[in-house]
Amino acid sequence: MPWIAKIGRVTLHYIEEMGRMLLFLLSSFAWLVRPPVRVYQMIKQLHFIGYKSTFVVVLTAVFTGMVLGLQGYYTLRKFGSEAVLGSAVALSIIRELGPVLAALMVTARAGSAMTAEIGIMRITEQIDALETMAINPLQYLIAPKLVASLIGVPLLVALFDVVGIYGGYLVGVNLLGGNAGAYWSSIESAVEWKDVYGGIWKSVSFGLLISWICCYKGFYTRQSAEGLGTATTEAVVLSSVMVLVWDYFLTSVLL
Amino acid sequence: MIKLVGLQKTLGGQPVLRGLDLTIPAGRLTTVIGKSGSGKSVLLKHMIGLMHPDRGEVWIDGTDIARLKGPALNEVRKRFAMLFQSAALFDSFTVFENVAFPLREKLHLKGGEVTRRVEEKLEQVGLAGMGHKFPAELSGGMKKRAGLARALVMDPEIVLFDEPTTGLDPLLAKSIHDLIVATQKKFGFTAVMVSHEIPEVFAISDWVAMLLNGKIVTMAPAAEFVRTTDEEIQEFITAGGTISLDGVMAKTRERS
Repeated sequence: MPWIAKIGRVTLHYIEEMGRMLLFLLSSFAWLVRPPVRVYQMIKQLHFIGYKSTFVVVLTAVFTGMVLGLQGYYTLRKFGSEAVLGSAVALSIIRELGPVLAALMVTARAGSAMTAEIGIMRITEQIDALETMAINPLQYLIAPKLVASLIGVPLLVALFDVVGIYGGYLVGVNLLGGNAGAYWSSIESAVEWKDVYGGIWKSVSFGLLISWICCYKGFYTRQSAEGLGTATTEAVVLSSVMVLVWDYFLTSVLL
Repeated sequence: MIKLVGLQKTLGGQPVLRGLDLTIPAGRLTTVIGKSGSGKSVLLKHMIGLMHPDRGEVWIDGTDIARLKGPALNEVRKRFAMLFQSAALFDSFTVFENVAFPLREKLHLKGGEVTRRVEEKLEQVGLAGMGHKFPAELSGGMKKRAGLARALVMDPEIVLFDEPTTGLDPLLAKSIHDLIVATQKKFGFTAVMVSHEIPEVFAISDWVAMLLNGKIVTMAPAAEFVRTTDEEIQEFITAGGTISLDGVMAKTRERS
């Protein structure tokens, strides 16, 4: 029965791949705590993953907030509940849209670049060169990216939340004439610390997922230009899908 | 001394090394020749622990690195340097930063001492004043020279050369070979080179070994190697008649 053998082979392949991914992550963290601590590399990566993603995250946040303000205002007006627009926008952004959309933007901008950079270093033997100099590539290249993502993504999500809520205010209050006091007071009464913590936990785990998957795909790129293209595509697709899947599971736990 | 014992390696279901034994004499330049795809680079990568054998031992002065990993392997690697086929320069660094990289990372040297040692190495390889350039701005030969400067800047005991002249014109290839011989003589490190450049390798090597079907079939001093009567080796080193045996021997005499 060749199809059973085929299913077995594919299953074994994926189990092996998952095991390799897990070992990659654990080894990277193990190298992270060994001296020397690569502070400069971490700051450099934080600048790349965090600071350089600011513009695209702000742009996404402002339009997400604006469209939520617009949709929310017209929907709530049907029930005479425009006063709760602020809480509707804020809760949607803080709980779900902020972490997920910021994570997707970071994947598209920084995640793809991470895979391409590490993949090119693999193909051109630069990673081998690091090893021959007794410098562990997991410590020098990967660990700083993991740390930078763990710090940078939550900060970007926080920025997204604030800008998104102001985007909703811009449309709901400034353009459509809703009440400013009602907008802010509904946020104050509806948003709990639990919502904010939930968003932070999500953003931390998304940060880890993105850098883990993107670095792994780059590190094990096949030795060709086509292999690099495939690795980058796989990294972006897998990171994006995993962000959405993981979001569902976390939401079901955190709610 | 490097000693490989019973080395076996299979890649993608294809056996590449089949019980290979090889001893590399210390302080000499040994060249491994062999057909394309015969596993020469794989062999070299085993010597520095970039690849681990399925079976067999890789002895570096009394330490078997075949099963070593992590910090223990890094300790052994501190004695090594490697010049890659593509030079493997870090493309986001300038030439100066590339050569300075191991000094800063491993010796934690700073400022003037780094500048002094980097400039000295760049001058030795004929790249004085080129430190500010990025690898993308260099020609193939200059990249190899920069790679050589980076390999030698830590004064290693063992240097591995992976086809150092591939893709270069004959004049550039000769200049790289001359540079390797000159630096090897000057610093006395153990050099292992894999190369296709026949007959040139006979003129520059102390020892020559031939890799065939996953094993070292012959290893001898360069002058003796060319006198081998093995037909397959003769066919390989005389390139099917395009280079005469006399030519090979003349090159060898040139060296001695």
